[in-house]
Amino acid sequence: YYYSSMAKDGGVSCLRSSEMLNVGIGGMEPPPLDLDEVHVLAVDDSLVDRIVIERLLRITSCKVTAVDSGWRALEFLGLDNDKASDEFDKLKVDMIITDYCMPGMTGYELLKKIKESSSFRQVPVVIMSSENVLTRIDRCLEEGAEDFLLKPVKLADVKRLRSCLTGDVKLSNGNKRKLPEDSVSVDTSLPPPPLSLTFSTNSSDSSPPLSPVEVFSSPLSSPEDDDDVLTSSPEGSPMSEESPIRRQKMGSPGLD
Amino acid sequence: MDAHVAQLQMQYRNYILSLYQQGFLDDQFTELKSLQDDGTPDFVAEVLSLFFDDCVKLVGNMARALDQTGTVDFSQVGANVHQLKGSSSSVGAKRVKGLCINFKELCEAKNYEGCVRCLQQVDIEYKTLKAKLQDMFNLEKQIVQAGGIVPQVDIN
Repeated sequence: YYYSSMAKDGGVSCLRSSEMLNVGIGGMEPPPLDLDEVHVLAVDDSLVDRIVIERLLRITSCKVTAVDSGWRALEFLGLDNDKASDEFDKLKVDMIITDYCMPGMTGYELLKKIKESSSFRQVPVVIMSSENVLTRIDRCLEEGAEDFLLKPVKLADVKRLRSCLTGDVKLSNGNKRKLPEDSVSVDTSLPPPPLSLTFSTNSSDSSPPLSPVEVFSSPLSSPEDDDDVLTSSPEGSPMSEESPIRRQKMGSPGLD
Repeated sequence: MDAHVAQLQMQYRNYILSLYQQGFLDDQFTELKSLQDDGTPDFVAEVLSLFFDDCVKLVGNMARALDQTGTVDFSQVGANVHQLKGSSSSVGAKRVKGLCINFKELCEAKNYEGCVRCLQQVDIEYKTLKAKLQDMFNLEKQIVQAGGIVPQVDIN
């Protein structure tokens, strides 16, 4: 089950017509809202990944705003200039999930800026990365990241994050790296759908209509040098041993 | 049940299994399929479509970057490989992803010949996958049109 994402005025929303909610289809009742809708800001320069993470979040009953860069994220949060703006006080963001490797501003840099802001430092920030680099993970956790997910992100990962937000289930252990599916499960299984898919050979025909996110997308630019990506040498100060991931003790983000 | 539908469903099952067995797809594709439901019946097709658009764009970028005879910017090529590796990983395009891993090393080694060869392989591989998935979607369509339900195939 999932809820339609309502576009905030002026916000960059990834609502596409094909994603419109069909509540009550086949006589199924939508589950009752357990609390105020959770609103997640997703940041990823890859369109494919944005669509996937958006879907994962919607399945777990989150409202989603998806943007394609750290700058867009800061803009959305009202952190892109020094002037404090009252309207952003009413902006409700319950979680920010961001890719690590992005051109212009990395997810780590975005994390730092969020944690430096007075209005959003309490918001849990989750980092996603395709690279399982220990020092990178540690650095993010030390900077205040709530969690670190290894790409490709799976529904089990998002379900776990989601249940942490509602406070139902605590993280089961201290390992912040992606684990096999935990015991946490929200039953979202559905009967096999009758499919009537179209997939034309002409790629231009099969492209979905442009989402608002694509309209706002910055042009493709080469990512800034990220040593982690191209080499396997350790970053930052050398570590004497391979230490296990320290459990990040985070206070309650005050979402209740 | 209609014998024709049953036959199509068996054909479909075998086809899907072969795609996994031959390494075209991995469990991330299974994951994507599990995210599709009545409300989003085109989800997988749409994501794959975006992926193949990505392939066209990125392969084009890489071809142009490698075409700068004498002054190839391997970090630029590598950046595009990184992106392709990411999206192929996200959709479960196992062979394409595997090629990207090799490709990355070739970029780091600034191996021009190797990069050119690898790019050709990537080009062939994503197009092959696209054709395979086209066939898969066509089978699904046939099953539905024959009045049947597309079976969920258990990979394990």
